[in-house]
Amino acid sequence: MPDMEVDKVIAFASERQIILKKAEGISIPPTLVVDAKDLVALSESLHRDKAFYFDQLSCVTGLDNGPEAGTMEVIYHVYSIPFNQSLGLKVILPRDGATVDSLCGIWKSANWMEREVFDMYGILFNHHPDLRRILMPADWEGHPLRKDYQQQETYRQIKVSS
Amino acid sequence: MNDTSANSTLGPGQIIPLDAASGATAYKESFGNSGVIVTKLDNLFSWSRLSSLFPMTFGLACCAIEFMSTGSTPYDMDRFGMAPRSSPRQSDVMIIAGTVTFKMADRIRRLYEQMAEPRYVISMGSCANCGGPYWQHGYHVVKGVDRIIPVDVYVPGCPPRPEALIGGILKLHEKIRGESILNA
Amino acid sequence: MAIHSTVTESKIQYRGDGSSLEMSEPNKFDAGNLRSEEMILNVGPQHPSTHGVLRLEVLSDGEVVKEVVPHIGYLHRCFEKHAENLPYNQIIPFVDRLDYVASMNNEHAYVMGVERMMGISDQIPKRVEYIRVLVAEINRIASHLIAIGTYGMDIGAFTPFFWAIRDREHILRLLEWVCGSRLLYNYIWIGGLYYDVPVGFEDRCKEFIQYFRPKVKELEDLLISNKIFIERTANVGVLPLNLAINGGATGPMLRGSGLRFDLRRVDGYSVYPELDFEIPIGEGMVGATGDCWDRTWVRVREMEESLKIMEQCLHRLTTDHRRTVEFDPQALLPKKIRPQAQDFYIRAENPKGELGFFFRADGKSDIPFRCKVRSCSLVNLSLLPEISRGVLMADLIAILGSIDIVLGEVDR
Repeated sequence: MPDMEVDKVIAFASERQIILKKAEGISIPPTLVVDAKDLVALSESLHRDKAFYFDQLSCVTGLDNGPEAGTMEVIYHVYSIPFNQSLGLKVILPRDGATVDSLCGIWKSANWMEREVFDMYGILFNHHPDLRRILMPADWEGHPLRKDYQQQETYRQIKVSS
Repeated sequence: MNDTSANSTLGPGQIIPLDAASGATAYKESFGNSGVIVTKLDNLFSWSRLSSLFPMTFGLACCAIEFMSTGSTPYDMDRFGMAPRSSPRQSDVMIIAGTVTFKMADRIRRLYEQMAEPRYVISMGSCANCGGPYWQHGYHVVKGVDRIIPVDVYVPGCPPRPEALIGGILKLHEKIRGESILNA
Repeated sequence: MAIHSTVTESKIQYRGDGSSLEMSEPNKFDAGNLRSEEMILNVGPQHPSTHGVLRLEVLSDGEVVKEVVPHIGYLHRCFEKHAENLPYNQIIPFVDRLDYVASMNNEHAYVMGVERMMGISDQIPKRVEYIRVLVAEINRIASHLIAIGTYGMDIGAFTPFFWAIRDREHILRLLEWVCGSRLLYNYIWIGGLYYDVPVGFEDRCKEFIQYFRPKVKELEDLLISNKIFIERTANVGVLPLNLAINGGATGPMLRGSGLRFDLRRVDGYSVYPELDFEIPIGEGMVGATGDCWDRTWVRVREMEESLKIMEQCLHRLTTDHRRTVEFDPQALLPKKIRPQAQDFYIRAENPKGELGFFFRADGKSDIPFRCKVRSCSLVNLSLLPEISRGVLMADLIAILGSIDIVLGEVDR
């Protein structure tokens, strides 16, 4: 797929008083870092605007940078079928009390993918219609993909570790 | 049992093996055209139980696909009198075909308890045997279904070929043959 | 009657009680707050029609489904944890086990992603690429056969399942000949292949194509154009195109709703741009566009297209990119798989839809910092509650079967 012209998106966002910056390092598709409070507004306008028309949310990725860095990330990959263009949106959150607004109102596919990120990382999504654990049992302790995850000793008296 | 050609060569009261593999023996006497078998009741029970093992339709993961292959055309599990049943209450053997997770553990135990005795469990594939490839980092994988329910036969492989599963079933036949319901 | 005298009772550690089931996955609906005509019906996780360990919590009014809540995770095998702890090449066997009826396609997507991250994707010999596409397309047929066969079984036709498995067995034998395993192959490696295809494989493939062409027609006559099948699937579970796009549906599910969108054509990865094939879409031939029948029909047409692709691959493999003595599919295998630091998202067309991998490489180790799977079955399944409101209970099973999920990929 052709590379997205990131500058166009940055200009588009600054018209709406949203500051975007390019993500550090190489990222394919090109990824922009957005502030957590602007995420929904930006996604809404990228979804509606005739020049971008990002009609599909492909992937929501959670990511933990570890206790030293002290940040977690949520990366959204959006795709525009008519223009055949992909864009990544990255939100960087503090590790304690990570909270970001849900995109369920814009893309229906966000629902389960955000639930999965919550399940694996404990990142909370505001205004999510149904934020429950999705993969792990409801009475499981901890969020397994966090870097400081300690798995519990037993579950129903079955030893968890090998 | 109505093999007339055999009747012609056997005299009354002669001992013939009922089932060569089982080693069970029976007296066969001919009365007219029909045959009468005299055998131990235990042997008869075992023979009839092992000849109609109903497995539960219960696929967990990749091994379930091989279980499906075993049950359908090319390998034809019906040869052993096995027809998959959808309800645990109608089945004799539970084939744990795939990875057992902690979330599934309660369900497997419940299904096992719903089966009527005598009941058997075949653990199919490495994941069900010991956790398989998920042994080291699989925080949500039970390292062996024998931590939840008792297992009779372990079938190795990832996934086991249908031939291997059939081998496991034949091993279970052997086990059932050695059992005695009346003296238990 | 204590028969299990020889069985290892002592190993059992499990201690659960009557409330364990409810505690590990509680229902979303509270049974105490229902209206008098409503009822909660539990389908699965042990159910012949849920294609594995999926559990559906159905809020029903008599025979009518009011709301469906899928509960997943009964096969969560921690793929992403393994991927964070293993080198890139050792992840391939775990990738196989995601969508275990289409392992080759999974491998193809994953390996392509790692190769592009390392920047060696344009050095891969054409013969290797053609073999990859060939085996991936064979496996696509196998996956669709399972989908169609079990779908027939879900809605009451038993014979198509047996016929589909019979034909699939030929495919498994072909693939077993290639890599030694029936189901999970570990054949496509980063930078090449495990082995070249065996001598005579091309001829066997051609024989298979000749054998299988009439069988597709047969399956179509038996199942797809069968009156009962049409009655059960036409106008059932209609997925409108705007909902399909907004809900992230991909693969036959999106094409069944009438959008000609196939990543093999859109992204043009591997050697697909050099191959000639069509993209079938649902046209609403027997009912509304995007119903269960359309999705199944797209799968049948795709099998024919896959046969076409296989033929072209075989042609190239026996002419331009012929087998030579000095050809070594392992020649380009990198000694050290260490991509430079980057975020990378790759996607490819699996039989079930868009399979995506998100990698974050830190540039310092052979182990990915993060490897996330964008699973097509998960996203497709999340549309089930949307399209099954107000249908009959029996139609719910028909809709679920037409989505064609594999729980290994839903739960990962």
